Amino acid sequence: MSTFSIRNLWKRYGEHVVLERLNLEVRSGEFCTLVGASGCGKTTFLKLLLGQEAPSRGQLLLDGRPLPAEPGPERGIVFQRYSVYPHLTVLDNVLLALELHRSRWLGRLFGRARRQAREQAAAMLEQVGLSDCLQRYPAELSGGMQQRLAIAQSLVRAPQVLLLDEPFGALDPGIRADMQLLIQRIWRETGVTVFMITHDLSEGFKLGTRLLVFDRPRHDPQAPQAFGATITYDIPLRNRRAGDLPPDLAERIAAREPTREESTP
Amino acid sequence: MRRLINLRPERGSRLLLGLLPFVLALLAYLIASAARLADNPSDKLLPSLATMGTALYQMAVVPDARSGNLLLWVDTAASLARLGWGLGISAALGLIVGIGVGITPLLRAGLAPFIAGLSLIPPMAILPILFIVFGLGEVSKVVLIVFGIAPVIIRDMQQRVEELPGEQIIRAQTLGASTVSLVLRVVLPQVLPRLLDALRLSLGAAWLFLIAAEAIAATEGLGYRIFLVRRYLAMDVILPYVAWITVLAFAMDWGLRALSRRAFPWFGAGSTRGST
Repeated sequence: MSTFSIRNLWKRYGEHVVLERLNLEVRSGEFCTLVGASGCGKTTFLKLLLGQEAPSRGQLLLDGRPLPAEPGPERGIVFQRYSVYPHLTVLDNVLLALELHRSRWLGRLFGRARRQAREQAAAMLEQVGLSDCLQRYPAELSGGMQQRLAIAQSLVRAPQVLLLDEPFGALDPGIRADMQLLIQRIWRETGVTVFMITHDLSEGFKLGTRLLVFDRPRHDPQAPQAFGATITYDIPLRNRRAGDLPPDLAERIAAREPTREESTP
Repeated sequence: MRRLINLRPERGSRLLLGLLPFVLALLAYLIASAARLADNPSDKLLPSLATMGTALYQMAVVPDARSGNLLLWVDTAASLARLGWGLGISAALGLIVGIGVGITPLLRAGLAPFIAGLSLIPPMAILPILFIVFGLGEVSKVVLIVFGIAPVIIRDMQQRVEELPGEQIIRAQTLGASTVSLVLRVVLPQVLPRLLDALRLSLGAAWLFLIAAEAIAATEGLGYRIFLVRRYLAMDVILPYVAWITVLAFAMDWGLRALSRRAFPWFGAGSTRGST
Protein backbone atom coordinates (compact mmCIF):
# COMPACT_ATOMS: atom_id res chain seq x y z
CA MET A 1 0.00 0.00 0.00
CA SER A 2 0.90 3.65 0.41
CA THR A 3 4.25 4.45 -1.14
CA PHE A 4 5.71 7.92 -1.16
CA SER A 5 7.52 8.91 -4.34
CA ILE A 6 9.36 12.18 -4.52
CA ARG A 7 10.64 13.04 -7.96
CA ASN A 8 13.17 15.79 -8.62
CA LEU A 9 11.71 18.10 -5.99
CA TRP A 10 12.78 21.77 -5.79
CA LYS A 11 11.72 24.46 -3.41
CA ARG A 12 12.82 28.05 -3.70
CA TYR A 13 11.72 31.27 -2.06
CA GLY A 14 12.54 33.99 -4.58
CA GLU A 15 16.28 33.68 -5.26
CA HIS A 16 16.83 31.48 -2.26
CA VAL A 17 16.99 27.80 -3.21
CA VAL A 18 16.13 25.73 -0.14
CA LEU A 19 15.80 22.24 -1.59
CA GLU A 20 17.05 20.95 -4.92
CA ARG A 21 17.06 17.68 -6.90
CA LEU A 22 15.43 15.68 -4.17
CA ASN A 23 14.50 12.10 -5.07
CA LEU A 24 13.13 9.58 -2.61
CA GLU A 25 11.01 6.45 -2.46
CA VAL A 26 9.55 5.52 0.91
CA ARG A 27 7.50 2.34 1.33
CA SER A 28 4.66 2.15 3.77
CA GLY A 29 5.62 1.35 7.33
CA GLU A 30 9.10 2.85 7.21
CA PHE A 31 10.37 5.07 10.01
CA CYS A 32 12.48 7.79 8.41
CA THR A 33 14.48 10.06 10.64
CA LEU A 34 15.57 13.36 9.09
CA VAL A 35 18.79 14.92 10.34
CA GLY A 36 20.96 17.79 9.15
CA ALA A 37 22.37 21.10 10.27
CA SER A 38 19.94 23.94 10.92
CA GLY A 39 18.78 25.70 7.78
CA CYS A 40 19.18 22.63 5.61
CA GLY A 41 15.59 22.39 4.60
CA LYS A 42 14.34 19.61 6.86
CA THR A 43 11.37 21.60 8.06
CA THR A 44 10.67 22.86 4.55
CA PHE A 45 10.68 19.25 3.35
CA LEU A 46 8.19 18.34 6.07
CA LYS A 47 5.97 21.28 5.08
CA LEU A 48 6.01 20.01 1.50
CA LEU A 49 5.05 16.52 2.66
CA LEU A 50 2.29 18.07 4.75
CA GLY A 51 0.92 20.17 1.92
CA GLN A 52 1.45 23.40 3.83
CA GLU A 53 3.82 24.57 1.09
CA ALA A 54 3.77 23.76 -2.63
CA PRO A 55 6.93 22.56 -4.39
CA SER A 56 8.48 24.96 -6.91
CA ARG A 57 9.28 22.06 -9.24
CA GLY A 58 8.95 18.28 -9.18
CA GLN A 59 6.34 15.91 -7.86
CA LEU A 60 5.16 14.46 -4.58
CA LEU A 61 3.24 11.25 -5.18
CA LEU A 62 1.36 9.02 -2.78
CA ASP A 63 0.65 5.69 -4.49
CA GLY A 64 1.37 7.28 -7.84
CA ARG A 65 -1.13 10.12 -7.36
CA PRO A 66 -0.13 13.71 -6.59
CA LEU A 67 -0.72 14.66 -2.97
CA PRO A 68 -3.50 17.19 -2.33
CA ALA A 69 -2.08 20.72 -2.14
CA GLU A 70 -3.40 21.35 1.37
CA PRO A 71 -3.13 19.51 4.68
CA GLY A 72 -5.58 16.64 4.92
CA PRO A 73 -6.58 13.61 6.95
CA GLU A 74 -4.18 11.22 5.19
CA ARG A 75 -1.25 12.98 6.89
CA GLY A 76 -0.94 13.60 10.62
CA ILE A 77 1.53 15.99 12.20
CA VAL A 78 2.92 16.68 15.65
CA PHE A 79 4.84 19.91 16.13
CA GLN A 80 7.32 20.74 18.85
CA ARG A 81 4.60 22.73 20.62
CA TYR A 82 1.10 24.22 20.19
CA SER A 83 -0.12 20.86 18.98
CA VAL A 84 -3.13 20.43 21.27
CA TYR A 85 -6.17 22.63 21.85
CA PRO A 86 -6.09 24.54 25.16
CA HIS A 87 -9.88 24.95 25.38
CA LEU A 88 -10.62 21.22 25.38
CA THR A 89 -9.98 18.59 28.02
CA VAL A 90 -7.65 15.71 27.25
CA LEU A 91 -10.53 13.42 26.30
CA ASP A 92 -12.25 16.12 24.23
CA ASN A 93 -9.01 16.81 22.36
CA VAL A 94 -8.89 13.25 21.06
CA LEU A 95 -12.65 13.15 20.62
CA LEU A 96 -12.33 16.28 18.48
CA ALA A 97 -10.22 14.39 15.96
CA LEU A 98 -12.97 11.79 15.54
CA GLU A 99 -15.73 14.40 15.47
CA LEU A 100 -14.00 16.56 12.85
CA HIS A 101 -13.49 13.46 10.75
CA ARG A 102 -17.00 12.07 10.97
CA SER A 103 -19.08 15.24 11.00
CA ARG A 104 -18.13 17.34 8.03
CA TRP A 105 -20.00 20.56 8.86
CA LEU A 106 -20.65 20.80 12.56
CA GLY A 107 -17.58 18.86 13.67
CA ARG A 108 -19.72 17.45 16.44
CA LEU A 109 -21.25 14.04 17.13
CA PHE A 110 -24.38 13.29 19.15
CA GLY A 111 -25.97 10.38 20.94
CA ARG A 112 -24.70 6.89 20.21
CA ALA A 113 -22.11 8.02 17.68
CA ARG A 114 -20.65 10.34 20.31
CA ARG A 115 -20.59 7.68 23.03
CA GLN A 116 -18.87 5.28 20.68
CA ALA A 117 -16.31 7.90 19.69
CA ARG A 118 -15.68 8.70 23.36
CA GLU A 119 -14.86 5.07 24.03
CA GLN A 120 -12.51 4.98 21.06
CA ALA A 121 -10.81 8.18 22.25
CA ALA A 122 -10.44 6.83 25.78
CA ALA A 123 -8.91 3.61 24.43
CA MET A 124 -6.41 5.64 22.38
CA LEU A 125 -5.50 7.69 25.44
CA GLU A 126 -4.91 4.52 27.41
CA GLN A 127 -2.37 3.45 24.78
CA VAL A 128 -0.33 6.60 25.37
CA GLY A 129 -0.69 6.41 29.15
CA LEU A 130 -3.02 9.34 29.76
CA SER A 131 -5.99 7.44 31.23
CA ASP A 132 -5.61 9.21 34.55
CA CYS A 133 -6.19 12.72 33.29
CA LEU A 134 -9.05 12.54 30.82
CA GLN A 135 -10.81 15.56 32.32
CA ARG A 136 -7.75 17.80 32.74
CA TYR A 137 -6.97 20.74 30.47
CA PRO A 138 -3.69 20.78 28.49
CA ALA A 139 -2.35 23.71 30.52
CA GLU A 140 -2.39 21.40 33.56
CA LEU A 141 -0.21 18.81 31.80
CA SER A 142 3.58 18.63 31.58
CA GLY A 143 5.29 19.09 28.22
CA GLY A 144 5.75 15.35 27.77
CA MET A 145 2.13 14.61 28.54
CA GLN A 146 1.02 17.28 26.07
CA GLN A 147 3.08 15.59 23.36
CA ARG A 148 1.56 12.21 24.27
CA LEU A 149 -1.83 13.81 23.88
CA ALA A 150 -0.83 15.29 20.51
CA ILE A 151 0.33 11.87 19.29
CA ALA A 152 -2.92 10.24 20.45
CA GLN A 153 -4.93 12.96 18.74
CA SER A 154 -3.08 12.49 15.47
CA LEU A 155 -3.21 8.70 15.46
CA VAL A 156 -6.76 8.05 16.63
CA ARG A 157 -8.04 8.21 13.07
CA ALA A 158 -5.12 6.18 11.66
CA PRO A 159 -3.51 8.47 9.06
CA GLN A 160 -1.26 6.85 6.45
CA VAL A 161 1.68 9.05 7.34
CA LEU A 162 2.74 10.63 10.60
CA LEU A 163 5.01 13.67 10.39
CA LEU A 164 6.93 14.67 13.50
CA ASP A 165 8.74 18.02 13.64
CA GLU A 166 11.22 17.68 16.50
CA PRO A 167 8.42 16.44 18.73
CA PHE A 168 10.67 15.84 21.72
CA GLY A 169 13.01 18.79 21.23
CA ALA A 170 11.58 20.77 24.14
CA LEU A 171 11.49 17.86 26.62
CA ASP A 172 13.82 16.80 29.43
CA PRO A 173 16.21 13.92 28.57
CA GLY A 174 14.49 11.38 30.84
CA ILE A 175 11.05 12.14 29.47
CA ARG A 176 12.45 12.11 25.97
CA ALA A 177 13.59 8.50 26.43
CA ASP A 178 10.06 7.53 27.52
CA MET A 179 8.60 9.27 24.52
CA GLN A 180 11.02 7.49 22.18
CA LEU A 181 9.84 4.13 23.52
CA LEU A 182 6.24 5.25 23.13
CA ILE A 183 6.56 6.40 19.54
CA GLN A 184 8.43 3.25 18.58
CA ARG A 185 5.80 1.00 20.17
CA ILE A 186 2.97 2.87 18.48
CA TRP A 187 4.77 2.75 15.15
CA ARG A 188 5.14 -1.03 15.44
CA GLU A 189 1.53 -1.53 16.47
CA THR A 190 -0.04 0.69 13.81
CA GLY A 191 2.41 0.26 10.93
CA VAL A 192 2.08 3.96 10.09
CA THR A 193 4.79 5.53 7.95
CA VAL A 194 6.77 8.03 10.01
CA PHE A 195 8.90 11.00 9.01
CA MET A 196 10.60 12.51 12.03
CA ILE A 197 12.92 15.51 12.17
CA THR A 198 15.41 15.41 14.99
CA HIS A 199 18.49 17.34 16.03
CA ASP A 200 19.65 14.44 18.14
CA LEU A 201 21.72 12.16 15.91
CA SER A 202 21.62 9.22 18.32
CA GLU A 203 17.83 9.56 18.47
CA GLY A 204 17.80 9.39 14.69
CA PHE A 205 19.80 6.18 14.70
CA LYS A 206 17.91 4.66 17.58
CA LEU A 207 14.40 5.15 16.27
CA GLY A 208 14.57 5.02 12.50
CA THR A 209 14.62 2.24 9.94
CA ARG A 210 16.15 4.75 7.60
CA LEU A 211 18.21 7.84 8.23
CA LEU A 212 17.99 10.72 5.74
CA VAL A 213 20.76 13.28 5.99
CA PHE A 214 20.06 16.75 4.58
CA ASP A 215 23.05 18.78 3.46
CA ARG A 216 24.21 21.17 0.77
CA PRO A 217 26.47 19.27 -1.61
CA ARG A 218 27.35 22.38 -3.64
CA HIS A 219 28.39 25.65 -2.18
CA ASP A 220 29.23 28.94 -3.86
CA PRO A 221 30.88 31.35 -1.40
CA GLN A 222 29.92 34.29 -3.65
CA ALA A 223 26.23 33.33 -3.67
CA PRO A 224 25.41 31.27 -0.60
CA GLN A 225 21.75 31.12 -1.54
CA ALA A 226 22.24 29.82 -5.06
CA PHE A 227 22.36 26.13 -4.17
CA GLY A 228 19.90 24.26 -2.02
CA ALA A 229 20.09 21.27 0.24
CA THR A 230 19.22 17.73 -0.72
CA ILE A 231 19.41 14.27 0.78
CA THR A 232 23.10 13.48 0.73
CA TYR A 233 23.00 10.21 2.66
CA ASP A 234 20.15 7.74 2.71
CA ILE A 235 21.18 5.09 5.21
CA PRO A 236 19.19 1.93 5.87
CA LEU A 237 19.52 1.34 9.59
CA ARG A 238 20.13 -2.20 10.71
CA ASN A 239 22.61 -2.50 13.50
CA ARG A 240 24.21 0.73 12.52
CA ARG A 241 25.49 3.34 14.90
CA ALA A 242 26.30 7.00 14.72
CA GLY A 243 29.99 6.19 14.23
CA ASP A 244 29.23 4.95 10.72
CA LEU A 245 28.71 8.46 9.43
CA PRO A 246 31.68 10.44 8.08
CA PRO A 247 33.01 12.20 11.21
CA ASP A 248 32.86 15.75 9.85
CA LEU A 249 29.21 15.30 8.88
CA ALA A 250 28.28 13.95 12.28
CA GLU A 251 30.00 16.93 13.83
CA ARG A 252 28.07 19.41 11.76
CA ILE A 253 24.75 17.83 12.64
CA ALA A 254 25.61 17.58 16.30
CA ALA A 255 26.78 21.21 16.46
CA ARG A 256 23.19 22.29 16.41
CA GLU A 257 22.74 25.91 15.69
CA PRO A 258 20.01 27.66 17.66
CA THR A 259 16.71 25.85 17.26
CA ARG A 260 13.64 27.82 16.46
CA GLU A 261 12.64 27.85 20.06
CA GLU A 262 15.86 29.44 21.22
CA SER A 263 16.02 31.97 18.43
CA THR A 264 12.44 33.21 18.87
CA PRO A 265 11.97 34.18 22.51
CA MET B 1 13.60 50.96 56.14
CA ARG B 2 12.69 49.12 52.98
CA ARG B 3 12.26 50.83 49.66
CA LEU B 4 8.84 52.26 48.94
CA ILE B 5 8.32 49.94 45.96
CA ASN B 6 8.72 46.90 48.22
CA LEU B 7 6.11 47.86 50.81
CA ARG B 8 2.97 45.84 50.19
CA PRO B 9 -0.36 46.36 51.97
CA GLU B 10 -1.99 43.53 53.95
CA ARG B 11 -5.43 42.37 52.89
CA GLY B 12 -7.32 44.47 55.41
CA SER B 13 -5.30 47.60 54.90
CA ARG B 14 -5.60 47.22 51.14
CA LEU B 15 -9.37 47.40 51.46
CA LEU B 16 -9.08 50.46 53.69
CA LEU B 17 -6.64 52.10 51.29
CA GLY B 18 -9.03 51.43 48.44
CA LEU B 19 -11.96 52.99 50.31
CA LEU B 20 -9.98 56.02 51.46
CA PRO B 21 -10.24 58.14 48.27
CA PHE B 22 -14.00 57.52 48.12
CA VAL B 23 -14.44 58.60 51.74
CA LEU B 24 -12.23 61.65 51.24
CA ALA B 25 -14.14 62.72 48.13
CA LEU B 26 -17.47 62.31 49.92
CA LEU B 27 -16.14 64.23 52.91
CA ALA B 28 -14.90 67.07 50.74
CA TYR B 29 -18.31 67.24 49.07
CA LEU B 30 -20.18 67.28 52.38
CA ILE B 31 -17.98 70.07 53.77
CA ALA B 32 -18.32 72.19 50.64
CA SER B 33 -22.04 71.55 50.48
CA ALA B 34 -22.56 72.46 54.13
CA ALA B 35 -20.55 75.66 53.67
CA ARG B 36 -22.56 76.75 50.65
CA LEU B 37 -25.89 75.86 52.28
CA ALA B 38 -24.93 77.81 55.41
CA ASP B 39 -24.46 80.86 53.18
CA ASN B 40 -27.60 80.34 51.16
CA PRO B 41 -30.12 77.64 52.20
CA SER B 42 -31.68 77.58 48.71
CA ASP B 43 -28.36 76.90 46.94
CA LYS B 44 -28.81 74.32 44.14
CA LEU B 45 -25.25 73.59 43.10
CA LEU B 46 -24.14 71.32 45.95
CA PRO B 47 -27.32 69.86 47.46
CA SER B 48 -27.16 68.02 50.77
CA LEU B 49 -27.47 64.25 50.98
CA ALA B 50 -30.97 64.64 52.39
CA THR B 51 -32.10 66.74 49.40
CA MET B 52 -30.65 64.21 46.99
CA GLY B 53 -32.37 61.43 48.91
CA THR B 54 -35.71 63.18 48.63
CA ALA B 55 -35.19 63.79 44.91
CA LEU B 56 -34.23 60.17 44.35
CA TYR B 57 -37.31 59.08 46.28
CA GLN B 58 -39.45 61.30 44.06
CA MET B 59 -37.92 59.77 40.92
CA ALA B 60 -37.91 56.15 42.01
CA VAL B 61 -41.04 55.67 44.15
CA VAL B 62 -43.53 58.47 43.50
CA PRO B 63 -45.37 58.30 40.14
CA ASP B 64 -44.69 61.27 37.89
CA ALA B 65 -47.53 63.82 38.07
CA ARG B 66 -47.79 64.20 34.30
CA SER B 67 -47.26 60.66 32.96
CA GLY B 68 -47.91 58.51 36.04
CA ASN B 69 -44.60 56.64 35.51
CA LEU B 70 -41.85 55.89 38.00
CA LEU B 71 -39.28 57.93 36.13
CA LEU B 72 -36.05 56.35 37.39
CA TRP B 73 -37.15 52.86 36.38
CA VAL B 74 -38.60 53.93 33.05
CA ASP B 75 -35.35 55.75 32.27
CA THR B 76 -33.25 52.79 33.39
CA ALA B 77 -35.25 50.29 31.34
CA ALA B 78 -35.09 52.46 28.22
CA SER B 79 -31.35 53.05 28.51
CA LEU B 80 -30.51 49.44 29.30
CA ALA B 81 -32.62 48.20 26.37
CA ARG B 82 -30.74 50.50 23.96
CA LEU B 83 -27.43 49.52 25.47
CA GLY B 84 -28.32 45.82 25.34
CA TRP B 85 -29.30 45.96 21.69
CA GLY B 86 -26.20 47.97 20.82
CA LEU B 87 -23.82 45.67 22.67
CA GLY B 88 -25.57 42.52 21.44
CA ILE B 89 -25.50 43.53 17.78
CA SER B 90 -21.90 44.70 18.09
CA ALA B 91 -20.88 41.42 19.70
CA ALA B 92 -22.58 39.41 16.96
CA LEU B 93 -20.97 41.53 14.25
CA GLY B 94 -17.62 41.30 16.00
CA LEU B 95 -17.78 37.53 16.14
CA ILE B 96 -19.04 36.91 12.62
CA VAL B 97 -17.04 39.52 10.74
CA GLY B 98 -13.98 39.30 13.00
CA ILE B 99 -13.65 35.54 12.67
CA GLY B 100 -14.45 35.64 8.96
CA VAL B 101 -11.82 38.29 8.26
CA GLY B 102 -9.31 36.71 10.63
CA ILE B 103 -9.44 33.19 9.25
CA THR B 104 -10.02 33.66 5.50
CA PRO B 105 -7.34 35.55 3.57
CA LEU B 106 -9.81 36.34 0.77
CA LEU B 107 -12.23 38.13 3.10
CA ARG B 108 -9.33 39.84 4.84
CA ALA B 109 -8.02 41.23 1.58
CA GLY B 110 -11.50 42.47 0.69
CA LEU B 111 -12.80 43.80 3.98
CA ALA B 112 -9.95 44.70 6.35
CA PRO B 113 -9.12 48.09 4.78
CA PHE B 114 -12.82 48.99 4.66
CA ILE B 115 -13.31 48.16 8.34
CA ALA B 116 -10.18 50.11 9.25
CA GLY B 117 -11.61 53.06 7.34
CA LEU B 118 -15.02 52.79 8.99
CA SER B 119 -13.48 52.69 12.44
CA LEU B 120 -11.77 56.01 11.82
CA ILE B 121 -15.03 57.92 11.21
CA PRO B 122 -15.91 59.73 14.44
CA PRO B 123 -19.31 58.22 15.36
CA MET B 124 -20.65 61.47 16.82
CA ALA B 125 -20.05 63.16 13.47
CA ILE B 126 -22.53 60.87 11.75
CA LEU B 127 -25.18 61.14 14.47
CA PRO B 128 -27.10 63.74 12.42
CA ILE B 129 -27.05 61.36 9.47
CA LEU B 130 -28.42 58.60 11.68
CA PHE B 131 -31.21 60.85 12.93
CA ILE B 132 -32.09 61.81 9.36
CA VAL B 133 -31.97 58.25 8.05
CA PHE B 134 -33.42 56.30 10.96
CA GLY B 135 -35.59 58.99 12.56
CA LEU B 136 -35.49 60.06 16.19
CA GLY B 137 -36.65 56.68 17.56
CA GLU B 138 -34.78 53.78 19.08
CA VAL B 139 -33.04 52.63 15.90
CA SER B 140 -30.79 55.65 15.51
CA LYS B 141 -29.54 55.36 19.10
CA VAL B 142 -28.78 51.66 18.77
CA VAL B 143 -27.07 52.24 15.44
CA LEU B 144 -24.90 54.95 16.97
CA ILE B 145 -23.72 52.54 19.69
CA VAL B 146 -23.07 49.83 17.10
CA PHE B 147 -21.24 52.23 14.84
CA GLY B 148 -19.12 53.39 17.75
CA ILE B 149 -18.02 50.07 19.18
CA ALA B 150 -18.51 47.35 16.55
CA PRO B 151 -15.45 48.27 14.43
CA VAL B 152 -13.24 48.10 17.50
CA ILE B 153 -14.65 44.70 18.50
CA ILE B 154 -14.35 43.38 14.95
CA ARG B 155 -10.71 44.39 14.72
CA ASP B 156 -9.99 42.97 18.15
CA MET B 157 -11.60 39.65 17.23
CA GLN B 158 -9.72 39.56 13.94
CA GLN B 159 -6.47 40.07 15.79
CA ARG B 160 -7.29 37.34 18.32
CA VAL B 161 -8.02 34.89 15.51
CA GLU B 162 -4.76 35.76 13.77
CA GLU B 163 -2.92 35.23 17.05
CA LEU B 164 -3.99 31.59 17.28
CA PRO B 165 -0.87 29.47 16.65
CA GLY B 166 -0.69 28.44 12.99
CA GLU B 167 0.10 24.92 14.21
CA GLN B 168 -3.42 24.60 15.59
CA ILE B 169 -5.02 25.51 12.29
CA ILE B 170 -2.76 23.19 10.28
CA ARG B 171 -3.36 20.32 12.67
CA ALA B 172 -7.12 20.74 12.58
CA GLN B 173 -6.92 20.30 8.81
CA THR B 174 -4.91 17.11 9.19
CA LEU B 175 -7.63 15.91 11.55
CA GLY B 176 -10.14 16.32 8.72
CA ALA B 177 -11.70 19.68 9.53
CA SER B 178 -13.56 21.68 6.89
CA THR B 179 -13.46 25.48 7.05
CA VAL B 180 -16.83 25.53 8.81
CA SER B 181 -16.07 22.84 11.38
CA LEU B 182 -12.64 24.38 12.00
CA VAL B 183 -14.28 27.68 12.85
CA LEU B 184 -16.98 26.06 15.00
CA ARG B 185 -14.74 23.74 16.99
CA VAL B 186 -11.31 25.38 17.08
CA VAL B 187 -11.59 29.13 16.46
CA LEU B 188 -14.94 30.15 17.93
CA PRO B 189 -14.55 28.55 21.37
CA GLN B 190 -11.10 30.08 21.75
CA VAL B 191 -12.15 33.64 20.88
CA LEU B 192 -15.41 33.69 22.88
CA PRO B 193 -13.71 34.62 26.17
CA ARG B 194 -11.81 37.31 24.28
CA LEU B 195 -15.11 38.63 23.01
CA LEU B 196 -16.28 39.10 26.59
CA ASP B 197 -13.05 40.98 27.31
CA ALA B 198 -13.59 43.17 24.26
CA LEU B 199 -17.16 43.89 25.35
CA ARG B 200 -15.99 44.88 28.82
CA LEU B 201 -13.50 47.32 27.33
CA SER B 202 -16.21 48.73 25.06
CA LEU B 203 -18.70 49.38 27.87
CA GLY B 204 -17.38 52.87 28.56
CA ALA B 205 -17.65 53.90 24.92
CA ALA B 206 -21.11 52.34 24.64
CA TRP B 207 -22.38 54.42 27.59
CA LEU B 208 -20.80 57.51 26.09
CA PHE B 209 -22.63 57.09 22.78
CA LEU B 210 -25.87 56.14 24.52
CA ILE B 211 -25.95 59.23 26.69
CA ALA B 212 -24.91 61.46 23.82
CA ALA B 213 -27.74 60.16 21.63
CA GLU B 214 -30.27 60.43 24.47
CA ALA B 215 -29.17 63.96 25.29
CA ILE B 216 -29.95 65.10 21.77
CA ALA B 217 -33.25 63.37 21.00
CA ALA B 218 -35.22 61.11 23.30
CA THR B 219 -38.34 61.02 25.44
CA GLU B 220 -36.93 58.93 28.24
CA GLY B 221 -33.59 57.45 29.31
CA LEU B 222 -30.94 58.16 31.90
CA GLY B 223 -29.01 60.51 29.64
CA TYR B 224 -32.21 62.25 28.54
CA ARG B 225 -33.25 62.89 32.16
CA ILE B 226 -29.89 64.35 33.15
CA PHE B 227 -29.90 66.78 30.27
CA LEU B 228 -33.59 67.63 30.82
CA VAL B 229 -33.28 68.60 34.48
CA ARG B 230 -30.09 70.52 33.74
CA ARG B 231 -32.41 73.36 32.70
CA TYR B 232 -33.56 73.67 36.32
CA LEU B 233 -30.05 73.28 37.75
CA ALA B 234 -31.43 70.16 39.47
CA MET B 235 -28.15 68.86 40.81
CA ASP B 236 -30.13 66.88 43.37
CA VAL B 237 -31.37 64.67 40.49
CA ILE B 238 -28.27 64.74 38.30
CA LEU B 239 -25.81 63.57 40.95
CA PRO B 240 -27.81 60.47 42.03
CA TYR B 241 -28.40 59.63 38.36
CA VAL B 242 -24.67 59.76 37.64
CA ALA B 243 -24.01 57.54 40.65
CA TRP B 244 -26.71 55.12 39.46
CA ILE B 245 -25.20 54.98 35.94
CA THR B 246 -21.82 54.23 37.51
CA VAL B 247 -23.34 51.42 39.57
CA LEU B 248 -24.99 49.95 36.46
CA ALA B 249 -21.76 50.12 34.46
CA PHE B 250 -19.83 48.51 37.29
CA ALA B 251 -22.40 45.72 37.60
CA MET B 252 -22.24 44.98 33.86
CA ASP B 253 -18.46 44.85 33.93
CA TRP B 254 -18.50 42.55 36.94
CA GLY B 255 -21.15 40.32 35.37
CA LEU B 256 -19.18 39.89 32.15
CA ARG B 257 -16.06 39.03 34.10
CA ALA B 258 -17.89 36.49 36.24
CA LEU B 259 -19.43 34.94 33.12
CA SER B 260 -16.00 34.65 31.50
CA ARG B 261 -14.53 32.93 34.56
CA ARG B 262 -17.42 30.52 34.88
CA ALA B 263 -17.92 29.64 31.23
CA PHE B 264 -14.25 29.33 30.23
CA PRO B 265 -12.32 27.69 33.06
CA TRP B 266 -9.43 26.84 30.73
CA PHE B 267 -8.94 30.47 29.75
CA GLY B 268 -7.09 31.81 32.79
CA ALA B 269 -4.91 28.72 33.11
CA GLY B 270 -3.99 28.71 29.43
CA SER B 271 -2.99 32.34 29.25
CA THR B 272 -0.67 32.25 32.24
CA ARG B 273 1.22 29.04 31.50
CA GLY B 274 0.98 28.77 27.74
CA SER B 275 1.15 25.33 26.19
CA THR B 276 4.80 24.49 26.54
